[in-house]
Amino acid sequence: MSEFEPKVVAFVCNWCTYAGADLTGTSRIKYASNVKIIRFPCTGRIDFMLLLKAFANGADGIIVSGCHPNDCHYTSGNFHAKRRWIMFRELMDFMGIDMARVTFSWVSAAEGAKWAEVVNSAVTRLREMGPYVSYRDMVNRTVEEEVKHD
Amino acid sequence: MTNLVSRAKELLENKTVDVVIGFETGPTGLARPAFITDPVKTDKLVFDDRCSHNLAVYLTKHEVKQMGKTAIVATLPIMRSIMMLISEKQVDPENIVVLGISTDGKLLDIADISVMKGYIEKSDLKNPEKFKTPLDELSKLSQKERFSYWQEVLSKCIKCYACRQACPMCYCIRCTVEVNQPQWIPVQANTHGNMEWHILRAMHLAGRCISCGECGRACPVGIPCHLLTMHLTDKVYDYFKVYAGTSEKMSSVLSTFEPDDKESFII
Repeated sequence: MSEFEPKVVAFVCNWCTYAGADLTGTSRIKYASNVKIIRFPCTGRIDFMLLLKAFANGADGIIVSGCHPNDCHYTSGNFHAKRRWIMFRELMDFMGIDMARVTFSWVSAAEGAKWAEVVNSAVTRLREMGPYVSYRDMVNRTVEEEVKHD
Repeated sequence: MTNLVSRAKELLENKTVDVVIGFETGPTGLARPAFITDPVKTDKLVFDDRCSHNLAVYLTKHEVKQMGKTAIVATLPIMRSIMMLISEKQVDPENIVVLGISTDGKLLDIADISVMKGYIEKSDLKNPEKFKTPLDELSKLSQKERFSYWQEVLSKCIKCYACRQACPMCYCIRCTVEVNQPQWIPVQANTHGNMEWHILRAMHLAGRCISCGECGRACPVGIPCHLLTMHLTDKVYDYFKVYAGTSEKMSSVLSTFEPDDKESFII
């Protein structure tokens, strides 16, 4: 079998990181093609449930990215997001879900090079970590196995 | 507890309140919540170690609100719940009389919300001692061990939502688990869906949990789901230096922010 290629889902805000990722492309900077970008109005809109759904549906890693603090298009969406991610990481860590697979970053519309670097470093790290088997095993367990497990 | 009974009787006789929410002894000898509207029946009121329910859960219920002005027997966690409900505009402080009970079981003289606030501020607001050991033990395990621990305990969850019903802060009329477009939480009880439900519950209670431990006590299959919210209570204090239910004006941690919130994981 060929080498493992991680599937990465990126939840990005429309105003900064999405434009930043666009700039990466127009600047002809090459970066890993493993990432699937999902555009959101704002980081404040990114519900933690979406991250769980991404893992459940086969993502090996996640990137969450938006405007730098004080640069939010809606003034405060990213500040709220920041607090949410602080709490989310603590909870996930307490439950044993691997937070090293989730990258949080601030990438502005002018940071095309930074976006490429964020994606590339996440993909390199995930390639070493391998597929997120333990979470997917839990998701894919059948009813029969569930009963046996009990 | 003669003080409590006479005070409750007085309140009902003077028509200061229409209903007293407290505890009575049920047919099996356990304590259960009681709703007393008749001053003669206030003799039924008890308060002792058996009384563990968080009575504040009833304050947001439509049926109880209809009964009129309410007096409520309240230990520290219940007082903090009331404070939190007032801050979230779920309860009108004008409609509440608090029959506060101190940690050693004495009736407190709580005339209004500011007195209650003063009492809460003087109290120990950390997670109760009996929950600290399991929290510490879990934190000591490796990530893998924690994941298998939670998978194992959560596989037992039958999605009865008793944890939600027992919690005074879970008052949403339409909870996210009842939303089916999109279906956030699978209807059937499987480990993965159960975990998603408990993550959702803990996240929605982050910075709002007042550490009463009722969710874990209410669980019919013994899932220590209170540890999730209590862990976050600890972390909220570590990061933001606040405890829930300490002021009638506070907004919960996740609905507000400070521009200089510290974190070290965002690149």
